[in-house]
Amino acid sequence: MAELTYLEALREGLREEMDRDERVFVLGEDVAAYGGAFKVTDGFLDRFGPDRVIDTPISEAAIVGAAAGAAHMGMRPVAEMQFIDFIACAYDMLTNYVATARYRAGLSTPLVVRGPSGGYVRGGPFHSQMPEAAFFHTPGLKLVCPATVRDAKGLIKASIRDDDPVIFFEHKFLYRRLKEEIPEGEDIVTPLGEARVAREGTDLTIVTWSAMVWKSIEAAERIANEDGASVEVLDLRTLLPMDDPAILASVQRTNRVLIVHEDTRTGGVAGEITARVNEQAFEWLDAPVRRVTAHDTPLPYAPTLEDFVLPQVDDIAAAARWLLAY
Amino acid sequence: MTSQSVDVNSPPGGLSADQLLEIYYYLALTRGLETRLGNLYRQGKVIGGLYRSLGQEGESVATAYALREGDILSPLIRNLGSMLVMGARPVEVLRQYMAKATGPTAGREMNVHFNDLKLGYLGQISPLGDMIPVMAGIALTFRMRREPRVGMIYIGDGGSSTGAFHEGVNFAAVMNLPLVIVVEQNGYAYSTPVAKQTRLTRLADKALAYGMPGYTVDGNDVFATWEQARDLVDRARNGGGPALLEVVTYRRKGHAEHDDQRYQPAEEIAAWAERDPVDRYVARVTGAGWVQASALQETDERVERELTEAVEACEDDPLPDPVTGLGNVYRNPADTPALWFRSLDG
Repeated sequence: MAELTYLEALREGLREEMDRDERVFVLGEDVAAYGGAFKVTDGFLDRFGPDRVIDTPISEAAIVGAAAGAAHMGMRPVAEMQFIDFIACAYDMLTNYVATARYRAGLSTPLVVRGPSGGYVRGGPFHSQMPEAAFFHTPGLKLVCPATVRDAKGLIKASIRDDDPVIFFEHKFLYRRLKEEIPEGEDIVTPLGEARVAREGTDLTIVTWSAMVWKSIEAAERIANEDGASVEVLDLRTLLPMDDPAILASVQRTNRVLIVHEDTRTGGVAGEITARVNEQAFEWLDAPVRRVTAHDTPLPYAPTLEDFVLPQVDDIAAAARWLLAY
Repeated sequence: MTSQSVDVNSPPGGLSADQLLEIYYYLALTRGLETRLGNLYRQGKVIGGLYRSLGQEGESVATAYALREGDILSPLIRNLGSMLVMGARPVEVLRQYMAKATGPTAGREMNVHFNDLKLGYLGQISPLGDMIPVMAGIALTFRMRREPRVGMIYIGDGGSSTGAFHEGVNFAAVMNLPLVIVVEQNGYAYSTPVAKQTRLTRLADKALAYGMPGYTVDGNDVFATWEQARDLVDRARNGGGPALLEVVTYRRKGHAEHDDQRYQPAEEIAAWAERDPVDRYVARVTGAGWVQASALQETDERVERELTEAVEACEDDPLPDPVTGLGNVYRNPADTPALWFRSLDG
């Protein structure tokens, strides 16, 4: 058993897929000679050579577009956004071109666009975003948001093997903070679209993903210790496809739902989950569905500001207690 | 030393009589198909807009004719001729325009937005410039696999103003990819003249910014366009990297059939009609005696026959069954579930 960080698990998953399938290659800014801004592809250039580890110009639209073209030809490109914030520069390519390709033209486009996302790292407005909602509304894309070391490896491998385009949101706060024992070389492939019960509970369900899983667990532990209530934490793992049955099953067990996400509130994914619970499990609810999200602002830099804008354990615990008392 | 004798009276580039006739076939097929589509449009059978390439057929056919089997091009809305050269069939184009269930996209996409990568064409999407990075990725794949194949991408004077154009052309240049970028200067992007797109008058000069060669040809001269395209395709195939080919031509119809062309002076259209690429081609091949007028006439008859058959083959085809609109958003599951409140089971 080797203890891996979240980042090392990503690297191992990516490396294993490149070892097993010569169609897989990586491209992006500073991914080859430098090994990536966060070193996810460290050592890849030596191992796989310049044909499969490609430094590109600063051209997010061209990176994604070229990945799409290669994917049409049977390749399995993995494109890195140096920070996921810059994926907005490729928004047209992803939504108009990539997401529609199978539907409008019968084109297979198996690509992964991956990159560091999320806040709590004092990154300021353009190195902190979790822009999941911008793509959640686009049929044809898959959105993956691993919360654990094991899932970082299992989901990147599944995403690369998937026949549809995947946007893979890595959480940079978790990159080096999270460690887990992973059997060396274990071929972990975590199916897309299957949620995971991160903490079992009976009185309230927190539906969440990515780094918010850990804040939600912390809030749940606090409530267990201080209030004696039992909070379930459901880690969605993928937003598209979304595991509706897992959400509904949990709601039917606990009858109370809190949705927690790091992205901003208005138009956020929590709204859609609320609507689905409302449509499909209204009669099971003992309380209104609530949300804890970031405030509707750009992400600020100063620690005091960022901590205030992003959801914290206190916010989650307060909302959970409100629901438990309802 | 032996001197090589050049027969000034033989066709350029060693084109055979059969090839000259084949080029004429594609020119006539393009123009004939668009004429048919115009009739169908006026009969209300074309569902959306109709986009004509009248006056630009020469450069479309000539550039595509410079490619060979295994190469892939990505056309624009006015490159019907390029697609036909690669093997797209008129009946497919007709079905696309009429949104037929039997068409290559089964009613999901319109007009010439469809593809056959085996034959060698990748349909465009409407945001201009996007296909350049995509074709760069295809050319990148050719190189990664050490395949001697070439990509060709078309963009207009208007499309060359986009960010995707810049990113895609630069990406192809930096990576020395086998991609020929055909920039069509046809006077207008919808109603906007070239002078409002760029300070340049020679769009080939854009190539300088990317460190690649740029050439300008008379796009209404089939031979000049074909020869220059062939040279750049050969160069790309031999590892010389990308190049930009500006073809100067003119869009004699509006942006689409509904467009009244109020922004195009009548005398300008008339002057370009005098330089019609098909007329010039016919005059050249018959004037030099390379092709008999009777052979061209037989080709015209063949085109009319084929187009009549194509229209008859699809005119009465059904529109797609509504429920098929839910399929193939993803590979798996292949079908989007109908929500209970919009259940198609009734």
